[in-house]
Amino acid sequence: MQAFKADTSGFALDTAGLQRLFEVLAEDGYRVVGPTRRDDAIVYDEIGGITALPAGWTDRQEPGRYALERREDNAFFGYAVGPHSWKKFLFPPSETLWSAHRGDDGVMTVAVPERTADKFAFIGVRACELHAMAVQDRVFGEGPYVDTAYAARRSNAFIVAVNCAEAGGTCFCVSMETGPRATQGFDLALTELIGGDEHLFLIEAGSEAGRRILERVPHGTATTEQAEAARAVSERTASQMGRSLDTRGIKELLQDNPEHPRWDDVAARCLTCANCTMVCPTCFCSTVEDHSDLTGQNAERVRKWDSCFTMDYSYIHGGSVRTAASSRYRQWMTHKLANWIDQFGTSGCVGCGRCITWCPVGIDLTEEVAAIRAALDEGRSR
Amino acid sequence: MESMEQILGQQSFFAGCPPEFVRLIAGCARNHHFKAGEYLIREGEPADRFYLVRQGKVALEIAAPGRPAIIATTLGEGEIVGVSWLIPPYRAEFDARAMEPVRAIGMDAACLRGKCDADHHLGYEMMKRFLPVMVKRLHATRLQILDVYGQR
Amino acid sequence: MRADIAKDPFVPEIYRVGSVRRELADAVTLELEPVSGTRPDFRPGQFNMLYAFGVGEVAISMSVGASEGTGFVHTVRNAGAVSGALARLEPGATLGVRGPFGTGWPVAEAEGRDVLIVAGGLGLAPLRPAIQEVLARRERFGRVTILVGCRSPSDILYQHDLEQWKQRLDVNVEVTVDHAGTDWHGNVGFVTTLIPRSPFDPDNAIAMVCGPEVMMRFAASGLQKAGMPAGNIYLSMERNMKCAIGLCGHCQFGPAFICKDGPVLPLERIAGLLAVQEI
Repeated sequence: MQAFKADTSGFALDTAGLQRLFEVLAEDGYRVVGPTRRDDAIVYDEIGGITALPAGWTDRQEPGRYALERREDNAFFGYAVGPHSWKKFLFPPSETLWSAHRGDDGVMTVAVPERTADKFAFIGVRACELHAMAVQDRVFGEGPYVDTAYAARRSNAFIVAVNCAEAGGTCFCVSMETGPRATQGFDLALTELIGGDEHLFLIEAGSEAGRRILERVPHGTATTEQAEAARAVSERTASQMGRSLDTRGIKELLQDNPEHPRWDDVAARCLTCANCTMVCPTCFCSTVEDHSDLTGQNAERVRKWDSCFTMDYSYIHGGSVRTAASSRYRQWMTHKLANWIDQFGTSGCVGCGRCITWCPVGIDLTEEVAAIRAALDEGRSR
Repeated sequence: MESMEQILGQQSFFAGCPPEFVRLIAGCARNHHFKAGEYLIREGEPADRFYLVRQGKVALEIAAPGRPAIIATTLGEGEIVGVSWLIPPYRAEFDARAMEPVRAIGMDAACLRGKCDADHHLGYEMMKRFLPVMVKRLHATRLQILDVYGQR
Repeated sequence: MRADIAKDPFVPEIYRVGSVRRELADAVTLELEPVSGTRPDFRPGQFNMLYAFGVGEVAISMSVGASEGTGFVHTVRNAGAVSGALARLEPGATLGVRGPFGTGWPVAEAEGRDVLIVAGGLGLAPLRPAIQEVLARRERFGRVTILVGCRSPSDILYQHDLEQWKQRLDVNVEVTVDHAGTDWHGNVGFVTTLIPRSPFDPDNAIAMVCGPEVMMRFAASGLQKAGMPAGNIYLSMERNMKCAIGLCGHCQFGPAFICKDGPVLPLERIAGLLAVQEI
């Protein structure tokens, strides 16, 4: 995405205009993906138009709890984030890397599957999720080796951000400086404004591609009051954070305390179920599976999401390096909040709160960090 | 020809040892030569001597009934063969076999024990030198037991 | 060193097994030649991902330097499904190769200094290309010592090479085993016991260490006790490896990715982590 100065004066879009945006994107060959209500959760899937949006629904989130509730209004984007993240489209949970064939002469050949250059338009991307994409861009696209399939999907993607109008109970983007307002990394950004009979979206373009699409969607100029209201939305959301994380010196805090007793404490609660890694929008670990057919002539290699919470993850001949739950939890959290900074120049956490909400036993990483910090502070002051 | 005192003084085992102690120790020492296959020490025999190897390689062996003897460790130049002389009842616990022609300084254990008992400063000086040898061997043995190269 | 974006780093090249040499009861050395094109250049200590058809991939270091031959040489121990399948390959069979990957031994940095090679078990395999490079330009280095430890006399790798190196007057080679009968005429004892007996200037030497992690940990400790600074001691680390290109996360060792920051790492970078269990 090219650098582009965000247009701060802003434009306004009504719900018909939003519907038209979906259509224009579809006309341009995008697979339009957005939030929709399914199985008592708000998930991301291909949607045809605004009727698929979870209008009038919100989510109540606490450690280990997620529930949808009716809103008093009909807001389209009146929820925080659900169990899905956009990574499932950019970094699919299962992807065939290549297939191999062994001819009658026994000689092996390898073929890369024809990849359809998926063109996704993501509708309703939150500020934390924009940051999560930027984090995965560094992982997959900015090292010595590039995941070319990811890079292609990423550069093809059109992103419509939404500024959060309320914070979830497990949100802490303010602590991670990743939200709640989308400031970069989008093509278009919406702020939903509902008042009286009005249901409007303040819309700003964040890229040349965004501006070109917006030109084809009927819209008006935002009034000063509307622009002011949109700013107020973000300010209010920022003040409502369900959680906070003190990030001061967090890299050293975790890297220097691998033997802290809190790791055993959290391990006594952790089920090593890997939920946190599956819902995390930045977790990028993968494994590969090799299959062959019954003839023994065809084989393929499939890449799948993996988790540092499994035993197999750290297996080297003879056994796993990390057998204890405490060492696996330590690996996950130290990597996410500390080692990531060494590896990619950024935290691996964007403060979306998914790992807290979707942990079956409600482990809250902000609480775990605070406990490690408090125990050390107590030790020092003694 | 070098005196025993000079020879001992050059050994790293006695590095930093006060000259008057080296003189006392030299009084209990004499040179020994072993042909390949000869034993410096036999298990169970009185530990009346220990050796400081000057040249050649010595195997510490343990024989077990019904199976071939195994070598527990090998020792070479500058190393000590025999520590049982320090610990009652002063009986050797290993066989020590010359794997090749060996030149060594042999210390008369009863002579040195007597001098150590008479002068505890000398005794402490000897202990300071023997304890690290024993700890290092114990540690190395633990690593051997680990069997780190084996398939788990 | 961004790789060519057009080339998919996940896709292996096809190589053919030229010869198979049995090294030990459970280890063979495979000579591999590219079916088409030429083998890329590589440095001592780097590794390839070898793919056994339908079974999977495993990371194995090159065991002969790039200046010899036109292919890759790998010593493979039958330690699991994939390495077992590789170890059973016969001449003429084809397999997949991705690589070379990772960091190499600091051979250039060792010029003008004493060189200490410490190998444990199959750890001699990744070190052999470094030894070959040092001996090929022997005059550029100070004293050269090769210390090899293994389980028993029948587990000594590359006996032929060791004999040839021993015959040189400008190399000090010592082999020790953990367990031996009285028919063994060499050293018995853990490989670390050889360090204090070796001639090197601790202030002006480079040590390259490869073997099981616990062996490297104690060898590193022995070298430090002998006076070597941690910055001059290099270890070749092993962790689970799936992608080998820093994308899959498996090989993390603290902040380091063993596949791209390693496998060869200076002790000073990882000393704090070596002592932590299950890191």
